[in-house]
Amino acid sequence: MAELDTSGGGKKKGGKIRSKKQSARVDMTPMVDLMFLLITFFMLTTTLAKPQAMDLAMPDKDEKNDDQFEVADNRTMTILLGKNDRLEWYIGSVEKPLTAPQLDNFGKGGIRKALLEKSKEVKASTGKGLIVLIKASEKANYKNLVDILDEMKITNIGVGGGTYAIVDITEPEIGLLKRDGIY
Amino acid sequence: MPKVKVPRKSTVIDMTAMCDVASLLLTFFILTATARQPEPLPVDTPSSTVKVKLPATEIATLTIGQGKVFFGVAGQPIRIRMLERMGERYNIQFTDQEKKRFSLMDNFGVPIAQLKQLIALPGDKRNKEGVQQGIPTDSVGRNPSELREWIYNARYATKELNDKELRISIKGDSKENYKVVKKIIDILQSQEVNKFSLITSLEAAD
Repeated sequence: MAELDTSGGGKKKGGKIRSKKQSARVDMTPMVDLMFLLITFFMLTTTLAKPQAMDLAMPDKDEKNDDQFEVADNRTMTILLGKNDRLEWYIGSVEKPLTAPQLDNFGKGGIRKALLEKSKEVKASTGKGLIVLIKASEKANYKNLVDILDEMKITNIGVGGGTYAIVDITEPEIGLLKRDGIY
Repeated sequence: MPKVKVPRKSTVIDMTAMCDVASLLLTFFILTATARQPEPLPVDTPSSTVKVKLPATEIATLTIGQGKVFFGVAGQPIRIRMLERMGERYNIQFTDQEKKRFSLMDNFGVPIAQLKQLIALPGDKRNKEGVQQGIPTDSVGRNPSELREWIYNARYATKELNDKELRISIKGDSKENYKVVKKIIDILQSQEVNKFSLITSLEAAD
């Protein structure tokens, strides 16, 4: 190894200078270890740092022709987002719901079951896909909106004739949320 | 019986080549990695199962958190052109140096009247909490809101310089009230931007 030669001095006469034979090889194993560690780190951080994007298309809001598009009652499901990560859904119109409003939760055990079930039923009875109207109240937060849109992607509502849209909430629906204590 | 001679082999492997490759790759990844800029408005994005990556160019990001809105566009020439147009709109003259400094800011959130002061601040002070109050989203009288003007001019600048449509993305905080998000979506829809992206972080599908 690298050492300073501190001996010597006064030995010059007659003495043969011997240089120690040193191996020219350096053990590179720890260096390679470290390098691969760093490579892994940089690879993972560069690819995982990119955020994901969820595309969202809103219905065209043309203020000039304000005609409400007609949607068939029996294939329309309305999801109302309330406070405390709770939601409420019904089928049909708010005055005469075909399926009474039901409180539900987000996620696998909650709305996803209802969505899958109802979209299957609608498909069987009308041959067309389910239309889902998402109406978020002011008490809902942004995560709820992303969650419900994600649920649409998971349950494939947007393909095969069905659609979903984000629509403004109406007074009777707020009343409904108030009645059930999630507004 | 003759002796079987087993040739002795060295157990040391020459690692030089491996080391070379590793350092080459390491250099590549270090150079391609972009340093993460500190954000003036840290937000906790909600997670979703979508796996579409966000493009890096021709994109504007609206950051929503704590009731404030911040705006940022990718690309320095677009930022400069956008600032010029905004200066014309609100009768504020920006010097070349101010434009240059502005083009290095990833996103910002101040009313346009305070933009000059923000540009003059050194970079590390800009991102302190409380310095930037967010871009006004309310329209004043018959004038549209400042945020709307920023978005409009960013779209205009992108069209002018790159001849492409600007993609708008919304980066909202999980806890943000829907009311604030709705307001931003309404501003976008008022200029017929009906398609935009919501930025989410990755979540494992359950």
